[in-house]
Amino acid sequence: MRYDTIIIGAGLSGLAAGIRLAYFDKSVCILERHTTIGGLNSFYRLRGRNHDVGLHAVTNYAKPGTKKGPLSKLLRQLRLRWDDFALCPQIGSSIAFPGHTLNFTNEFEYFQQQVSEVFPEQKDNFAKLVKAIEQHDALDLEREKVSGRKVVSSYISDPLLVEMLFCPLMFYGSATAHDMDFSQFVIMFNSIFREGFGRPYQGIRLLLKKLVKQFRSFGGELKLRSGVQSIREKDGKAIGVVLDDGTVLEADNVLSSAGSIETFNLCQQKNELVKKYQPGEITYVETIFSLDCLPSELDHHKTIVFYNDQPDFRYENPVLPADVKSGIICSPNNFDYDEPLEEGRIRITALANTDYWMNLSEEKYLEEKKNWCEKIIDSAVRYIPDFRDHILDTDMFTPRTIKKFTGHLNGCVYGAPDKFVNGKTHLKNLYLCGTDQGFLGIIGSMLSGISISNAYLMD
Amino acid sequence: MSTEDIRQVILEILERIAPDEDLTDLKDDVPFRDQMELDSMDFLDIVMELRKMYRVQIPEEDYENLVTMDKTVSYLLPILKDVNSPA
Repeated sequence: MRYDTIIIGAGLSGLAAGIRLAYFDKSVCILERHTTIGGLNSFYRLRGRNHDVGLHAVTNYAKPGTKKGPLSKLLRQLRLRWDDFALCPQIGSSIAFPGHTLNFTNEFEYFQQQVSEVFPEQKDNFAKLVKAIEQHDALDLEREKVSGRKVVSSYISDPLLVEMLFCPLMFYGSATAHDMDFSQFVIMFNSIFREGFGRPYQGIRLLLKKLVKQFRSFGGELKLRSGVQSIREKDGKAIGVVLDDGTVLEADNVLSSAGSIETFNLCQQKNELVKKYQPGEITYVETIFSLDCLPSELDHHKTIVFYNDQPDFRYENPVLPADVKSGIICSPNNFDYDEPLEEGRIRITALANTDYWMNLSEEKYLEEKKNWCEKIIDSAVRYIPDFRDHILDTDMFTPRTIKKFTGHLNGCVYGAPDKFVNGKTHLKNLYLCGTDQGFLGIIGSMLSGISISNAYLMD
Repeated sequence: MSTEDIRQVILEILERIAPDEDLTDLKDDVPFRDQMELDSMDFLDIVMELRKMYRVQIPEEDYENLVTMDKTVSYLLPILKDVNSPA
């Protein structure tokens, strides 16, 4: 069998790319090693309960009828309606630091007001920063990288506010420790503070289901349990793939969402290539609690709480197995749904030391998961009502889990620090999309697959 | 195809690209960009839809002819003159 394009990975970026190609009559096959779709944003069922992985909230929220912005752009490209994703807006989120809390909703004016109230002396500075963000063309790919912290600090003179602004933006999308490129800061600022959070009632399943349905209806082919062991090459050009079971598939183009180094590992020149690039080091553990009541019944109404118990926010690969000084508390219940979700859920995410979790023996691994789950919950209940007496079931994933199910090195959810923004690789006809192309977030990842397809794979 | 046929084809393309949009009041002499916020990616899609349907190639320098419905129809009229009307 010969295809116009083979796509490696049935995550959001691969599926979105597949839809575009199939719609325009290309023969396209998506290959996924796992037994199900989704990649870094997926789902599973455990002890009778449905869980989401990845997605806490869809950023870039836009109300129905919005004609501009990333969500509208995405829906048009995929030939979908707003109702297909059916995003329900968040109730409200917060950034909690020692002595200071900033609340935000999907109304940007409210956040501006919060900044003025909590940091009255920074009101004008923040207005100037917002203006600079508005004037910055973050999609100009030719621009030199500049330190986001430097630029933001040139407007905001209170370091605490700088930390508080960076905290959610880094947590939700920085592949680099400590700092992010200013363009990336602008993209994240807009997607989180200006546009905001939403979630479909059925979570990530709904989005993935719609994508697969659309892909198949346009004639695309999806093969699960079909891992790629190598990319076939001829004269510096990708000409197909070999599957784990030895099956050879030919293609004019290969589009990989596996990650940059992960993809190079499939190539002939892997030894030279892999030396050239650094794998990512930012990764997380996440604890998931099913409750016997809704979070709102415990008087917890926040959608997402980003917390940090120090004045400075350290976004890095921690020395300890998990960093309990900071974290993200997500309550999927706290979106503005028409009816409440069946069961209460609290998910707490914390930065994790990847090597530690990768190298434990199986027995010690289970023990340490339990141990750190308790430490994380102890830390988090300083910021939300104590829900410990209401836990029905607990699950936890670590970098090891992410590596196992997605193949991403070090279990890094935001990939490697160096992005391949134009999607090109050392091989002709081999392109990258997804995390290591560099558009992040749920909407961003789909736009990544679309952009690379539009740029190279339509002719 | 007649002027009216082509107008209908373009309307159907716009409906596919922006299914949430109500096109009943679309004005033929006002830019699509102003009425529907179409961006460059959307214009490219109009071109690709036409290519998919009628195998016509529209060179990039001609995209400016796709600004309004009126302009699009008059630009396409000679190109699609030998194509049969949609059933």
